[in-house]
Amino acid sequence: MRDAVADLVRDGDTVAIEGFTHLICFAAGHEIIRQGRRDLTLARMTPDVIYDQMIGAGVARKLIFSWLGNPGVGSLHAVRRRVEDQDPGPLELEEYSHFGMVCRYVAGAANLPFFPIRSYFESDIPEVNPKIVPMTSPYDDSDEVYVVPPLRPDVTIVHAQRADAEGNTQIWGLLGCQKEAAFAADRVIVVVEEVVDDDVIRRDPNRTVIPGVVVDAVVEEPFACHPSFAQGYYDRDNDFYVAWDKIARDPDSLDSWLKEWVFDLGSHRDYVEKWGEAHWASLKPGSAPSGEVDYGSYT
Amino acid sequence: MTDPGGDYSKNELMIAASARLLAGVENCFVGVGLPNIVCNLAQRTVAPELQLVYESGAFGARPQRLPLSIGDPTLATGATAITSMFELFAFYLQAGLIDVAFLGGAQIDRYGNLNTTVIGDYGRPKVRLPGSGGACEIAIHARKILVIMRQATRSFVAKLDFRTSPGHSGDPEHDRARGWSGSGPTNVVTDLATYGFDDETGEMTLQTMHPGVSFDDVRAAMGWEPKVSPDVGETPPPSAEELRLIREELDPQGIHTK
Repeated sequence: MRDAVADLVRDGDTVAIEGFTHLICFAAGHEIIRQGRRDLTLARMTPDVIYDQMIGAGVARKLIFSWLGNPGVGSLHAVRRRVEDQDPGPLELEEYSHFGMVCRYVAGAANLPFFPIRSYFESDIPEVNPKIVPMTSPYDDSDEVYVVPPLRPDVTIVHAQRADAEGNTQIWGLLGCQKEAAFAADRVIVVVEEVVDDDVIRRDPNRTVIPGVVVDAVVEEPFACHPSFAQGYYDRDNDFYVAWDKIARDPDSLDSWLKEWVFDLGSHRDYVEKWGEAHWASLKPGSAPSGEVDYGSYT
Repeated sequence: MTDPGGDYSKNELMIAASARLLAGVENCFVGVGLPNIVCNLAQRTVAPELQLVYESGAFGARPQRLPLSIGDPTLATGATAITSMFELFAFYLQAGLIDVAFLGGAQIDRYGNLNTTVIGDYGRPKVRLPGSGGACEIAIHARKILVIMRQATRSFVAKLDFRTSPGHSGDPEHDRARGWSGSGPTNVVTDLATYGFDDETGEMTLQTMHPGVSFDDVRAAMGWEPKVSPDVGETPPPSAEELRLIREELDPQGIHTK
């Protein structure tokens, strides 16, 4: 992880760490904090606790998003301090709706100049974001849509359950827009619970979401999503999401948390060790394997 | 305000009243918290065929525990389908397949427009709220919008600080000419009362007041003079079976219902 972030994430980059509640790579965010990146533009549909931590640590100057909060809990206090009180400085915001953000990634991934959607009608959102523009259909004068511009992150970081060494990546459970954000990016880091042999991937090609051809680095980092989750591997640590609300309310307690859990630790492995085995055992789900399909053998 | 009386909480009354609005509905966009319990109660009572749809991409979810967020892993295990978020918003929502969706917000006006973006000025807000999420497009495309909110003068306002999600415009001709697949907000359930929306003007209309709640209580908790249905009545309290389902099956720890 250290090498991947050092090589591929640069000051001033637009960075997307995607994952919709599921598969949010906290470990990558922590490594970016540890390496002291600055002036990043952070993109994410749902800036979650990970972006509150990164923004609290001062890595970002701008946020591109569609829903800003601690899901199921409440607010992101470090972000709110920057926005409401300019404390310790302003944070530029560029906001969309979920559908608008998804389609920005789709346009970026498909090399399109814009993407038309039926949203934003009679909403104030376009008034505060001039990049959301009304357009009339070239085929029907009475058909109005809004268009959003492509989003092409300098770096996208996605977490997944498994990939082979080439970066052919398989995901199950909620997909978020891991695929779209990866194809849209200039550089891609895939972080996985397990690196597997290529024949594991080839046995179930329908499950491959991101092909190695767009991936620049593969990192095996178990529990890298914590307190987010990896379907089938570990549950969401909801107690931490609740605890974060209290930690982040006070800048000093946020700083102490960052010191204890990020700066004083050398790597995510230390973080896993610090939580302890009993904690990981408590987050382990029961088993619910999928049925297998038969692809057939055609020789 | 007088105590609503009876052996149930305000939230339990809101849940039961909202669930009855889902009678016969086939699919519903669910949020976390109360809407989630409402949909699960409806599935066990008035809408056995109800498919639960979550913006995270879970379609036909069968949560085995109370989901803690709209991306809870329990929504994936056992679902009918998991779609990409693009497919969910484009093929399901924008194409008009969603029957009902729940929305809420920090502010609502008399035409059901909702603010989930800021309190105060956008550039220098007093309170920065989460923003749209999927609400803006959900408000436009889901065939019916149900709103569950607590009622107070700061949330039921004459003028929104920011319009995140459109409701009715106040101009019936304009509303008819929109050509949206959604027909906008149809019902609002609060801790004091339930409202519909006038077919002609699109204005929020008081339909029932909860047991023990007076018109003065309702009026004191909103920023405009509400239109009142000529046959305004009392909200039926939750039945014994509804309360049993809520307490024993849906929220045994009382996280959302106490």
